[in-house]
Amino acid sequence: MPVGVSHYLAVSAVIFAVGVAGVLLRRNILVVLMSIELMLNAANLAFVTFSRASGAVGGQIVVLFVMTVAAAEVAVGLAIVLIAFRARETTDVDEMNVMKW
Amino acid sequence: MGAATSFSGVSDMGLLAAAPFSAVVFFAIVVLLLDFLLPPGRKWVLPLVSLVGLLASSVLVTFLWGREVVGFSGAISLDRFSSFFDLLLLLGTALVVLSSFFYARREGIERGEYYSLLLFATSGAMLMASAVDMVVFFLGLEILSVSLYVLSGFFRDRTVSVEAAVKYFVLGAFASGFLLYGIALFYGAAGSTQYGAMQAMLSSGGDAPTLLVYAACALLMVGLCFKLGSVPFHMWVPDVYQGAPTSVTGYMSVVSKAAVFAAFVRIFGTGLAPVQIELSKVLWVLAVATMTLGNLAAISQTNIKRMLAYSSIAHAGYLLVALTAAGRAGYSSVLFYALAYAFMTLGAFGVIALLRREEQEALDLTSYSGLSTRHPLLSGAMALFMISLAGIPPTGGFFAKFYVFSAAVGAGYVDLAVIGVLNSLVSVYFYMRIVYLMYMKEETVGIEAPPSLAARAALLICVLGTLAMGVFPSGFARLVASSVSAIF
Amino acid sequence: MLLEYIPILVWICLTTGVAAAILLFSHLIGRKRPSDEKLSPYECGIVPTGDARTRIPIKFYMVAMVFLIFDIEAAFLYPWAVVYRNMLFVGLIEMGLFMLILLAGFVYIWKKGVFDWED
Repeated sequence: MPVGVSHYLAVSAVIFAVGVAGVLLRRNILVVLMSIELMLNAANLAFVTFSRASGAVGGQIVVLFVMTVAAAEVAVGLAIVLIAFRARETTDVDEMNVMKW
Repeated sequence: MGAATSFSGVSDMGLLAAAPFSAVVFFAIVVLLLDFLLPPGRKWVLPLVSLVGLLASSVLVTFLWGREVVGFSGAISLDRFSSFFDLLLLLGTALVVLSSFFYARREGIERGEYYSLLLFATSGAMLMASAVDMVVFFLGLEILSVSLYVLSGFFRDRTVSVEAAVKYFVLGAFASGFLLYGIALFYGAAGSTQYGAMQAMLSSGGDAPTLLVYAACALLMVGLCFKLGSVPFHMWVPDVYQGAPTSVTGYMSVVSKAAVFAAFVRIFGTGLAPVQIELSKVLWVLAVATMTLGNLAAISQTNIKRMLAYSSIAHAGYLLVALTAAGRAGYSSVLFYALAYAFMTLGAFGVIALLRREEQEALDLTSYSGLSTRHPLLSGAMALFMISLAGIPPTGGFFAKFYVFSAAVGAGYVDLAVIGVLNSLVSVYFYMRIVYLMYMKEETVGIEAPPSLAARAALLICVLGTLAMGVFPSGFARLVASSVSAIF
Repeated sequence: MLLEYIPILVWICLTTGVAAAILLFSHLIGRKRPSDEKLSPYECGIVPTGDARTRIPIKFYMVAMVFLIFDIEAAFLYPWAVVYRNMLFVGLIEMGLFMLILLAGFVYIWKKGVFDWED
């Protein structure tokens, strides 16, 4: 059985699920950031798969855009985390709780 | 493909479609670099240049009004729909910049990056309103979001602001992940990222929509609802609204929300229109939950920014009612509501940004006690905005709700309209409490409201806008109806 | 069906088996004469100084981030180069605009002092 579209999509869905689980379960914000990256890359894999299956290159160009967006997001995100760390000396998301209702 | 044919393809690329957007980007870069040339005492030039940029872009939009250009191989559409939202977003940003003249200097964030990021965020929002391709929509959303992550944490030395930025960033990026995966499935189902391709695929008859289409719809909806702050993805809204600089909070609740709704209307009104009936069932539940939770939670708040955060969740719920109704009437009422909401909300945040108590921002509700004795004009304006937010005539807020609920009734969702009206009644309580505090209570000592010409000009525009939409609603209704007809 | 994947399974078993065997035998047979020198962390043959968990100056982080952004932006040149023959002059202008915007960002970080190593 050759490796086909459904295999790639299955891998992509698994990676996406791992990313979502990571964001929801892990408390260290850097791990949360990495999990978000996993989600974006799972989408990238799906894009490339669909693009290859349909023979149109559009999906592969989208991946370039997504990578750029992900890089910008991570750069800004790390800067924000850095400022938060300086203020609180922690990277645990549960300890960021000044505001509550 | 020969060079000659492709060159003719290039010449009608429709670069005009991106002209208003490009003007804003150009001025954002100018403001960013101009900051280095200005001595510390001359920073007021920055908001001025930003205003010039916003004005230039609005002039372009007005000049191109009524033209229909689809540019960049069917990715960006310039039509009356996008022009309407461009003007709305530019106006909202201009009002924020006007009230920032004073606020940013007082709070020590008068820097090139502040105004530059506001303009960049606006360019992203404009891109979202004119996108007819999922990729362009995603890029616009990210330009908007990434700018706002930074802006919400602009008070680097205040814990609440930094915490707001962290929460906004983590949840925003999480939502982007869902949205992007939805777009990937959309691409897989339609073979293209353009809205038109999806519509053609869905309405071509034959098979019923596949599981892939519904999975794509679900993921898109999760992502969009996160960005809108609709229940059950609303938990970031109060914290972020409270922690962010007040001017930025106003910007988030108006400009970023309007842009997401614009994209929502375009995607669900064109690309996914053939499955609208199924989607409306989900939207119905979301609308009811969002309205009810927002209004009930707003009652118990003591911080005015937090109260307005829950109020903005509730207003997102009313807008979801309009999206559930769909059709021309439903989508027109979204546009009308977005405009009325911009005037009244930016007005309210403009007043909040002015007030100060003991060298801090006066955010506690008690600060508004007896405000009318010392600041009658400011209290009068605030009272008008509260009346409008509560949906009492003769204000824009009343007609906004009226059009939304009549669209719902027209589409057969009488139950939804009834729940909406009941919710509005609940909301009267907490909006009127502010008015009651301002006019019926003893004066709080130490409240200052410095005279700032620019901020007062912004408030005046908001007051006039709110009243004009309440007194001459039919003119605005015709405008939004003609704008919406562009996407059908 | 899945039978086609059997070579991969065999390959996985072989590689893990060989690696495990090498570790096991060197642990069992090898002579252990530990000294301070041998137990210290390997740092390219240099004598290690201080703790590995020190804070690294923020400048490295800034440069890394700037590199990341500009590196990814440069990736857009590849698809552009592929279709350049179809775009010609218009394509050149578009890429020029793209580069100008990047240049504006470069001027910004330069003026902000990201590249100043002395302070």
